[in-house]
Amino acid sequence: MSENPAVTKATEISRDEAALLPPTDVIEDAGGITLYADLPGVPKDKLALQVEADTLTIEGEVALDLPEGMESSHAEVSLPRYRRAFTLSRELDSSRVSAELNQGVLKLRIPKAEHAQPRRIEIQVA
Amino acid sequence: MYYRSLFPRDLFAELDRLQRGMQQPFDPNPNIRGLTRGFPALNVGGSSQAVDIYAFAPGIDPATLEVHLVKGMLTIAGERKVDPVPEKATLHIDERFAGRFRRVVSLPDDVDPNAIEAKYRDGVLHVRILRKEEAQPRRITIQ
Repeated sequence: MSENPAVTKATEISRDEAALLPPTDVIEDAGGITLYADLPGVPKDKLALQVEADTLTIEGEVALDLPEGMESSHAEVSLPRYRRAFTLSRELDSSRVSAELNQGVLKLRIPKAEHAQPRRIEIQVA
Repeated sequence: MYYRSLFPRDLFAELDRLQRGMQQPFDPNPNIRGLTRGFPALNVGGSSQAVDIYAFAPGIDPATLEVHLVKGMLTIAGERKVDPVPEKATLHIDERFAGRFRRVVSLPDDVDPNAIEAKYRDGVLHVRILRKEEAQPRRITIQ
């Protein structure tokens, strides 16, 4: 399932609770991949990132300060939860994932494993 | 996207596919791609005291967001800049919104244009407009 691109889309792992799919950008460069996901309304403590085998799961709960007695009249974000799963390529080193969440945007950096890094081979002049 | 069953004579699989096909338009997220219709997505709610508008606009500098209220029309506008893809890099999935955006909401007549506050937190802009004093519910004391 993982030749190229390094990350392929996978269906949601658990369908027990309905969730929204966050829009995502995935950029691959020589050193690894960078993943951006829009998770508006998710504070840092409500975000869960999980790498299990070759599956990366992003899950976040929306926490809005809803005033008392408010009744919703129009909702485009209709569920208070985001979830999305990605299948990671074997050439990525899932043990060195770094993540930052800034104003509702999650940025994940997953470097490629040593053996998949591009190397320059020195040419010895005899 | 749901695919036709590989076993056409499997009646239950066909019924299941048909049922999913009928549910699809009502499903909040029928597509595998996480695209929304407009940017930012808006949730609107109200109570007897105020009208609350939530704009889901992640990753924007709040100083560049423009919120205007003119003649009962609330406009949320701005620009979302996404870091350019560096050279020698490949963009595999490109779903996030980039560029200028503008959304307009018509407000009810009883809101007070002077009692408006806007907050930006975790990528959500919350605009709260209080209703006019005379429109708020009151308890009338019986003499």
